[in-house]
Amino acid sequence: MAEPDRPHIDTLTGIPTTGHEWDGLTELNQPLPRWWLWIFYATIVFAVGYWIVYPSWPLISSSTNGVLGWHSRTAVVEALDELKASRATDVAQLAATPIDKISSVPAVFDFTLAYGRAAFGNNCAPCHGAGGGGALGYPNLIDDDWLWGGTIDAIRQTITYGIRNANPDSRQSAMPAFGREGTLNNTQIFNVANYVRSLSGLKLSPSADIAAGAKIFADNCAVCHGADAKGNRAVGAPNLTDAVWLYGSSLAAIITTITNARNSSMPAWGERLDPTTIKALTVYVHSLGGGE
Amino acid sequence: MNVIAPAKVAENDEQPFYQPHHKIYPQSVHGTFRRIKWFVLLVTLGIYYLTPFIRWDRGPGEPSQAVLIDFPHRRFYFFFIEIWPQEVYYITGLLILAALALFLMNAVAGRVWCGYLCPQTVWSDLFLLIERWTEGDRRERIKADGGPWTANLVARKTAKHFLWLMAAWWTGGAWVLYFADAPTLVHDLATFRAPPIAYIWIGILTFTTYSLAGYMREQVCLYMCPWPRIQAALTDEDAFNVSYRLDRGEPRMSVKKSIAARARGEAAGDCVDCHQCVVVCPTGVDIRDGPNLGCIQCGLCIDACDAIMARLDRPTRLIAYDTDINIRARMQGKPTITRIMRPRTVLYAGLIAVVGGLMLAGLLTRTVTSINVIHDRNPEYVLLSDGGVRNAYGIRVLNRRTTARRFAVAVAGLPGAALDVVGATKVDGRQVVEVGPDQTREVRAIVSVNGSAANSTPIRFVITDLADGSAASATDNFRGPGAS
Repeated sequence: MAEPDRPHIDTLTGIPTTGHEWDGLTELNQPLPRWWLWIFYATIVFAVGYWIVYPSWPLISSSTNGVLGWHSRTAVVEALDELKASRATDVAQLAATPIDKISSVPAVFDFTLAYGRAAFGNNCAPCHGAGGGGALGYPNLIDDDWLWGGTIDAIRQTITYGIRNANPDSRQSAMPAFGREGTLNNTQIFNVANYVRSLSGLKLSPSADIAAGAKIFADNCAVCHGADAKGNRAVGAPNLTDAVWLYGSSLAAIITTITNARNSSMPAWGERLDPTTIKALTVYVHSLGGGE
Repeated sequence: MNVIAPAKVAENDEQPFYQPHHKIYPQSVHGTFRRIKWFVLLVTLGIYYLTPFIRWDRGPGEPSQAVLIDFPHRRFYFFFIEIWPQEVYYITGLLILAALALFLMNAVAGRVWCGYLCPQTVWSDLFLLIERWTEGDRRERIKADGGPWTANLVARKTAKHFLWLMAAWWTGGAWVLYFADAPTLVHDLATFRAPPIAYIWIGILTFTTYSLAGYMREQVCLYMCPWPRIQAALTDEDAFNVSYRLDRGEPRMSVKKSIAARARGEAAGDCVDCHQCVVVCPTGVDIRDGPNLGCIQCGLCIDACDAIMARLDRPTRLIAYDTDINIRARMQGKPTITRIMRPRTVLYAGLIAVVGGLMLAGLLTRTVTSINVIHDRNPEYVLLSDGGVRNAYGIRVLNRRTTARRFAVAVAGLPGAALDVVGATKVDGRQVVEVGPDQTREVRAIVSVNGSAANSTPIRFVITDLADGSAASATDNFRGPGAS
């Protein structure tokens, strides 16, 4: 800034400089065109308009509402309504098609499976797994083993009314806690547990008395699980001769089951979901792999 | 150049906030490059406005428009090519080709894109043409803008803006035709039954065309466009650029002075400093200042200068497509060399050939049938009551034909595997899935085997068209509880 009363002009280009200097380097002043500045001012005006029209300024426990009354929650509700409206035809078709005919109408079937998959993810996956693979104590819905039946009607019944809950129509049954209630002593439980494992060809404890176990089974268990131990779907008694074990097949797991009993429950989804969703869920679960 | 009042500067040493706008009044010009530009304008605008009306028969139920971007159905049609969303890499390839073509053009002959092909140039030219029709050439326009508002001027300006808006409206109108069946949409637009989004887009493009081609013009090149900045870094001394041949032109002086100087045996350039190259320039630059960010290299100054040189009986092409290296060579009395084939151009051309070849190969080997398989992740497998193992898969069957087709689904590579495809019909013991025309269908496939399977067995899903026997397959693994 040798001469403070005049803009610095770069001698080579004839363009004024900004007056800034770094070790002898000066910067040419190349200002933006006016329209660019206008656009910049316009964005400021736009921002002010935005504050007025939309929710913007945070307050202590809320925010300014904006004169349009727009709210993200109402926007979500509107979007959901729009979605429902766009699906209305398909849903109506699903509702109108008898449940056992759905799989024979490809368009309805595809929609039903997609609808069922979404409903399954929202309601059933926490226990049965995202893919229906189940978990310890929560049945696998892909295999071919069913406690209460794998037909369309049986699945719909189970989903609608649930298992061992307060709904009067829910599936009911209760395995006695043979050990805890004193019906069987530890040796008897040990023997019958080994007998049950023998039915599936699992490894037995050398000290077990299988014959005694068989006798105990016939006296105490066969009434529900059947003399052949193949279970009874009427009371949800599992087949004890197959390879599928809801609570595990180890000796300890079986002894625990006989001692304390396992009576898990499932909600009556008919109390929470509409019939069309139950229908879609039924068809979806039936399609997972084990449907009968 | 903006000059600041010294008094103000003395106060606070401030510079102006903005660059004052100098309106440019390009003068009309005639000559080779102007003719080339008119021709390019006709061809490019013709392509833009008329392409949506070209018909292309794809069979019943399919769009019959040659070039169509069908967002609702997620398809892009280009004559015989039909692109699905997952094939968006063709668009990527096109963009790469476009960039390489730009680089190649630049390496050979500078800003060919800017000067002749860029929409901003073409539409600005069109709008300038309208301006000249209604308001007259450079002198009349400058005079009118500096003078009082007369009824005549108001009428001329009104006519200009009306014609500008019409041109802008048709630009937006043609744009929307690429996204729906053109004849139907034209009819709907004319009868006000087109969807609101069509009118909104026409409105947006009318506004942008009107403002960019009518008002912004060279400002787009100077302030908005990144290409001049990139171009400056990509050009080299062997590239042809519209250049002022200063070896011949300098020292510039009037005709009289040059005659006198030459009579005295002194040097006198051919440039007579008539400023014709400046007044015809659409971006208002002086080509004699050398390579310049504002110069779009449209060649109009060549035409302007040639006309003057011809009148003065001096050789034409004082301004011409020339290279830096040759201008310097002539100044030093060395022979000139033209090197179009050089590593840079060969590389760009080679890359264009490679990318184009890859895209072509991709198009030629594009299949009309394919299958994708995704193994269920949760659970990976389940045990069956008899000790067998079951895996489930999502399989997606693609049918790119315009007719519905039926495919038999089978699984190979796993002895004793039982396949159940959910939603399939059974035909002669085969699992048959029908896929609609030009569609995909996702179905669940459940594979079960008796007895325990190894940890992971590679298997192949095969789909076979029942009508013509054509097949496609995809591989995945069958998993079990084996030694994992």
